[in-house]
Amino acid sequence: MRFDYDTSYSDGQALLRYRSDWVAYGLLAAVLLVAPWVLPKFFVGEITYLFIIAVASLGLMVLKGYTGQVSLGHAAFVAIGAYSHVWMMNQGLPWLLSLPLAALVSGFVGFCIGLPAIRVSGLYLAMVTLAFSILVEHVVGRWKSVTGGFNGIAVPEPILFGFSLAGLRPFYYLCLVVLVLVLLGLINLMRSKTGRAFVGVRDSEAAAYGLGIWVAGYKVLAFVVSAAVTGLAGALLAHHVQFVTPEGFSLLLSLELVLMVVIGGLGSLRGAILGALLIGLLPTFISRIKPMLPDHIAKQSGLEIFMFGLVLALFVLFEPKGLNGRWIKLRSFFQSFPMYRRDTFRRGKTYMKSERYR
Amino acid sequence: MVQPLVRVEHLSLRFGGVRAIHDVSFEVNPGEVFAIIGPNGAGKTSVFNVMTRIFEPSAGRVLVDGTDLATLRRHQVVNLGMARTFQNIELFEGGTVLDNLKLGRHRFDHGNFLSHWLWTPGVRRAEAASRARIEDIIDLLDLAPHRNSPVAGLPYGVRKVVELARALVTEPRLLLLDEPASGLNPEETRDLAFWIEDIQRDLGVTVIMVEHDMSLVSEAADRVLCMNMGEVLALGSPAEVQNHPLVVAAYLGA
Repeated sequence: MRFDYDTSYSDGQALLRYRSDWVAYGLLAAVLLVAPWVLPKFFVGEITYLFIIAVASLGLMVLKGYTGQVSLGHAAFVAIGAYSHVWMMNQGLPWLLSLPLAALVSGFVGFCIGLPAIRVSGLYLAMVTLAFSILVEHVVGRWKSVTGGFNGIAVPEPILFGFSLAGLRPFYYLCLVVLVLVLLGLINLMRSKTGRAFVGVRDSEAAAYGLGIWVAGYKVLAFVVSAAVTGLAGALLAHHVQFVTPEGFSLLLSLELVLMVVIGGLGSLRGAILGALLIGLLPTFISRIKPMLPDHIAKQSGLEIFMFGLVLALFVLFEPKGLNGRWIKLRSFFQSFPMYRRDTFRRGKTYMKSERYR
Repeated sequence: MVQPLVRVEHLSLRFGGVRAIHDVSFEVNPGEVFAIIGPNGAGKTSVFNVMTRIFEPSAGRVLVDGTDLATLRRHQVVNLGMARTFQNIELFEGGTVLDNLKLGRHRFDHGNFLSHWLWTPGVRRAEAASRARIEDIIDLLDLAPHRNSPVAGLPYGVRKVVELARALVTEPRLLLLDEPASGLNPEETRDLAFWIEDIQRDLGVTVIMVEHDMSLVSEAADRVLCMNMGEVLALGSPAEVQNHPLVVAAYLGA
């Protein structure tokens, strides 16, 4: 059994509070650092992809999980990040400058979309973002001078201080570093004034106004942060695929991102990463088990989409809090062993949200 | 003569043909506990909603410490030192009690977007200082056992207290309580009466409350305003208002 016993306010602020946390995350870090030297090449590339998609998932989590604004068009921000990065590098900008600039460009587009989009919420916001994503896909397809149109465009090598990062292992470490930096930044953001205001806007706008939170401002800010982080993932993704075409940023990618944050558990950064792992691995997993399936199932088209839908349905039915909720339950089982009560996480009662002010 | 803290002048509010508030005027002195009573639909909560800028008044104005509220935007009202609770609890359901109270400190919170992202020592110190103020309020309202509980699972009475605490951590001069005793049992209501007294006496906060529970009103309030159909019926001490013929008529329908 373990009890939280804080002796100073900084105890409550610590990210790694106990020795067991240090051990667990230290082990994780060690495994991730050693992995590219022991795993076969295919898996190293696969894990690199997971890192990139986890960054994008974190970006969407800020918007959907923390401020409660749905976006069905986040593939558009991935595309904007990727194409603006490629374009700027082709203009001769150094890689190290082009990468954050791509995030800023994407963030600026997020700002422009956020301004009108915050006027609507729920289903209507989903429609607006969906329309935006379709628009971007078409613009990318037609704007041949910048994007190479439907033929696609080759991505220049990432070069840092004269060293190429295009190799399998250097790129793996690069993506890992970006993921860790983004994750730490977002953790900090979410435990400070800004992140709390995001949650306030999500849970009760009336109360948020009353406490001095400028609701519209924070909604737009969430759009900007989300778009910038997702755009950064897009820039990395461009290097990963090495040749970008508009088909890579279709509606399916948007849906995968939404699945990641929902299945991961809304309102949790850990959930965003766990969700990205599960959904990112699913296609590989399916292609691996395909040979073992009977022919009339394995040959069906759309098996992947079917599996996505199935996983989502199962989570909504059996674990609405997502992978993060499951994680917390497991953790508390071991922390309170043998005193764990199954009802700890059962909500006694839900209170009606009626007569809400807007 | 003391300058009144709140001055409501000829306030009216219409929704189309519905007259929610009609020509209501009153003043609240600093350090006073002022109660607004009245039958359902009398316009009590509407007065609060106009004061917190949720509704735009059709006519008249509200001055708080000399500032016309019409000049402020909805999220700026708190900077006048005005905090409110809601009739139907408006807590941040996703968080713990502590998270909710930290959100209450929003207007004092330190730093900009970049310093939050980097979690600078300045932000860290401000968080700890803010936490100290939160702990004062937690002590005052006996919320220590619930500090880290998710608010979604708390009993109704405790949730009401959490909302009161969240209003208090904004360090208000003026506290608007919208039916603070609704849904509380007699024991909790008695605790609430003591707390209101503490808030008024120790923290020096002026309290305006909308309330149906007459035992709480007569125990805690210095002056009472009775409204019906959007108009003022009577204004005076609790005993005066309770025995006012118009008030008796409004409640009993005589």
